[in-house]
Amino acid sequence: MANIETLKTKYIGEIEAALDLAALDAVRVAALGKKGEVSLQMRTLGKMSVEEKKVMGPALNGLKNELAALVEARKTVLEGEALNAALASETLDMSLPVCVKTGTLHPVMQVMEEMAVIFADQGFSVAEGPDIEDDFHNFTALNFPPGHPARDMHDTFFLKPDENGEKMVLRTHTSPVQIRTMMSQKPPIRIIVPGRTYRCDSDQTHTPMFHQVEGLVIDKTTHMGHLKGCLMDFVSAFFETDVETRFRPHHFPFTEPSAEMDVRYERVGDEIRIGQGDQWMEILGCGMVHPNVLINCGLDPDEYQGFAFGMGVDRLAMLKYGMPDLRDMFAGDGRWLGHYGFSPLLQANLATGLS
Amino acid sequence: MKFTLSWLKEYLNTDATIDEIVEAMTLAGLEVEEVENPAEKLSAFSIAKVISAEKHPDADRLKVCQVETRDGMLQIVCGAPNARAGMTVAFAPLGAYIPGLDFSLDKKPRKIRGVESSGMMCSSRELEIGDDHDGIMDLDDSFEMGMPLADALDMNDPVIDFEVTPNRPDWLGVDNIARDLAATGLGQWITPKVKPVQGSFPCPIEIETDAPDACPVFAGRVIRGVKNGPSPEWLQRRLKAIGLRPISTLVDITNLLTYDRARPLHVYDISKLNGTLRARLGKGETFQALDDKEYSCTNDMCVIADDARVLGLGGIMGGTYSGVSEQTTDVLIECAYFDPLTTRKTAKKLGINSDAKYRFERGVDTGFVIGGLEMATQLVLDMCGGEASDVTIAGAVPENPAPIEFDPKLNKRLTGFDLSDVEMVSILEALGFGVKTASPTWTVTVPSHRRDCTMGADLVEEIARIHGLHDMVAESLPVTGGRREPLATDLQNKIRKARRALAHQGLSETVTWSFVSQDHAKLFDGGDESLVLDNPISSELGCMRPSALIHLLLAGQRSADKGYPGAALFEAGPTYQSPKPDGQSPTIAGIRRVETVRDWQGGTAPDAFTAKADAIAALAAMGAKVDNLQVAKPSGSYWHPGRSGRLQMGPKNILADFGELHPGVLKKLGIEGRVVAFEIWPDNVPSGRKKATKSKGALSISDLMPVHRDFAFIVSEDTPADKLLRAVKGADKALISDVTLFDVYQGKGVEDGHKSLALDVTLSPKTETLTDKDIEAVSTKIIAQAAKMGAVLRGL
Repeated sequence: MANIETLKTKYIGEIEAALDLAALDAVRVAALGKKGEVSLQMRTLGKMSVEEKKVMGPALNGLKNELAALVEARKTVLEGEALNAALASETLDMSLPVCVKTGTLHPVMQVMEEMAVIFADQGFSVAEGPDIEDDFHNFTALNFPPGHPARDMHDTFFLKPDENGEKMVLRTHTSPVQIRTMMSQKPPIRIIVPGRTYRCDSDQTHTPMFHQVEGLVIDKTTHMGHLKGCLMDFVSAFFETDVETRFRPHHFPFTEPSAEMDVRYERVGDEIRIGQGDQWMEILGCGMVHPNVLINCGLDPDEYQGFAFGMGVDRLAMLKYGMPDLRDMFAGDGRWLGHYGFSPLLQANLATGLS
Repeated sequence: MKFTLSWLKEYLNTDATIDEIVEAMTLAGLEVEEVENPAEKLSAFSIAKVISAEKHPDADRLKVCQVETRDGMLQIVCGAPNARAGMTVAFAPLGAYIPGLDFSLDKKPRKIRGVESSGMMCSSRELEIGDDHDGIMDLDDSFEMGMPLADALDMNDPVIDFEVTPNRPDWLGVDNIARDLAATGLGQWITPKVKPVQGSFPCPIEIETDAPDACPVFAGRVIRGVKNGPSPEWLQRRLKAIGLRPISTLVDITNLLTYDRARPLHVYDISKLNGTLRARLGKGETFQALDDKEYSCTNDMCVIADDARVLGLGGIMGGTYSGVSEQTTDVLIECAYFDPLTTRKTAKKLGINSDAKYRFERGVDTGFVIGGLEMATQLVLDMCGGEASDVTIAGAVPENPAPIEFDPKLNKRLTGFDLSDVEMVSILEALGFGVKTASPTWTVTVPSHRRDCTMGADLVEEIARIHGLHDMVAESLPVTGGRREPLATDLQNKIRKARRALAHQGLSETVTWSFVSQDHAKLFDGGDESLVLDNPISSELGCMRPSALIHLLLAGQRSADKGYPGAALFEAGPTYQSPKPDGQSPTIAGIRRVETVRDWQGGTAPDAFTAKADAIAALAAMGAKVDNLQVAKPSGSYWHPGRSGRLQMGPKNILADFGELHPGVLKKLGIEGRVVAFEIWPDNVPSGRKKATKSKGALSISDLMPVHRDFAFIVSEDTPADKLLRAVKGADKALISDVTLFDVYQGKGVEDGHKSLALDVTLSPKTETLTDKDIEAVSTKIIAQAAKMGAVLRGL
């Protein structure tokens, strides 16, 4: 028994003294390995008397288990120390920059999506048409009289005449899509038409290409009060604030009666704030579709009626998002795109907001 | 169109303020652009009296004046030679802004050659109200000291400028503006009726019209014994206020009627006339117009000529030869109607403009041909004296516009306005329409100056306009009930998703011109004559683009030139293959300039595969099955011959081209360095088949472990890797779930002209674990498939 106590004291000391895993393992082998001292002691059990066995058996087993547990405990400690030592050398400068580069979406496209969302809520779908139009769709069907100034080279881009001497035009407005829609689709119709339009103009507030959104409603009952309501609903939704509006009579060849809509605004420093204020700003033209236009599209004006409107997308984008110069819109400058562009994760939506 | 408030009030009896008038105009469709009151500029100035004027002790040309002003007695040093005691002058107090000199007086008295001076006495030029520069204004002594100068000079008369819409040429006369405003309830329309002037002798000049379409009616009369000189002060002031230059009484009278009644006239000196005066078409003659330019008159233009020569362009401009002068004593007044379209075409062809042309091309009141002549006659007699002949009329005044059968219910139907018959009739009558009410329709006669009204909708507009659109009740559009199909089209949705995918790839969206220079278009296999503009804004923007890449490349270069390299841009927009409606296709194009971005982790520059990844990201977002696309060569000549590819579903369905752009093309565009790019045709991306339900079906997954086997094949170096991958994938479609390429090697151990492609093949058993035998069998199939396309297992 005294021998067991000696072994116990010796190995506990050695286990505690082991400084690394290799030394600990050497202690383990010396004590508990096949030829370890404890193992050798256990082999002597067979030669002992029953009485001796009764005493020495549990004692030796106890010693073995105790030492094994101490080795495991020491191992955990030493492993932890070893990991800590290894980790001490695994350092990174976490201030080093990483590159996450996402591009942006163009504000004109964003604004056209916003408009589509707002008008979709009122039941409008989005229609499109070609940029290169013929005289019929761009002018004649829209009730432009012969000799109207808009038909001049001064205002409108023409392609070179074809073999028959006919000149195609770059559409001066998105209104030709009204004609294409009415000629191919039976009312009721509710469409908006966003797209590129062209006029011979280039200065600070005009670019030879610009964007318009056209609206058209045709059915049997829609009147000018609806036009007013539709556009008032639109403009407040678009500017995301209550916007005071004013309707004034105007003239367009393709609507009768015709009107323009003004919105209240004020200038605060360089910024234009839409909604309230003491000034009026014209933002769109509209009216009841002219009976001649309906007739030109094969619709009976005694049966069908409706309204149309058209507005400049680029200008509305500028007013809402504060871009000072129209010409920058189409220049493709990365800094401008970064500043005025929109995240691709953004999806204009009435439930979560437009932008 | 400009007019003054006092002019309007001659025809409109109203107490309305200028602000109320402007508001009423705007709400009736006469959109006011500017109101300028000359009095505002003069608000600082007032009447003062010079009490004494003594010579300055130290300056011969200066006078020291004691002046009685509304600010008390002041001493003012003045350099004007005409300054004298007892004079009534225009006084500028200290601090006043002097418009003609563009500076403000000091706020404190200053010493001039040692003598203190408090303020200034002004000349008319210094106040921008005249040209007098001989001295200070010598005003009427009846003006009281302290009176505002603007009141004394009767300049408190705002000038209103407004936009005349093309349907309302009658608004080019003040009288008709007054009528519309009266109809809105702003006051009474009080224009007196024009009274005919009895002629006292037959018109000695014969008048004809030989061009009944271009000039259906030509009325005239002679007035003899007139005295032509400067027109009266009131007339000169009226013309000057709206920016016209007074010339002589006779000319000023024609200008007055042009703006007063939208009725242009012409006056001839009959001593210059030779035989019959006639309106006819041109015969190629030339004549000198009043703008001192010579014009040649072709047979599509209407001229006024006598037996000897062309005297003027009808309705556009008279000639210098027969114009009136101070010596003129006998005149003929022309009052005709010229066809709008002929007038417009002639003026456009000759590049000539005038107030007369502006009115005739829009349409002058056919009902006021004789009235205009009578009114002009009376004004000439009043201001120039003389004696009038009888009126001669050649041709015939055009018929009045046709009456409109008007269903009064149309008003409510189109506008939602519920107005009583009485209200509607009163509006129409106030505007000059005649209304005969009956059931169910009314007969409405249209006044001759309102040819824009031809149908019921036109009358509804008049009623709505005068009643006031602002008063109309706004109603939200009624909601269409029931289920709605999505409103966006499949193509719109695809493009929307692709744009977002590309922005995620790090590209920024731009919008660029649809037109490019024709030379650039040719570089991109476009530039066909049928797509060239006849009247471009510049040759740089003269041809519809065949590709959206051109402006992206130019924009990228501009940024690099400004010190911002590495442009990564894309655009979703149209390209044009022909001028026909189906000759336009949507495209999504993008570029990345190959400029290394230095970074601590190692510099990177985009290459052709970056462009491929961009294209695939966009196609995947659009729902294309990108794993199954074939890779071919692009057909465009602007791609690098060896570093570009085409993604297609077959030779006839091309989804995208990508790769490096041809360095030669870039050089011709002025682009420095290399650029990788892609072009995508969303139209060609197939739409997913529409299924009966949105259910995705049950998921079936195997619990069995997949097995990976690596193979390395030697192929000739021009063999597309894609071909080998497809061959291997096809070796056992049931078992092989994926094949990835993990190494491409050329060099030691691989024969020249060949490359080694290393593949990781994933075998996914469905029913039972694979045995070595199964794997062996698949391997054999793979090697056999690869061998069919000339690939040899490496190490064999």
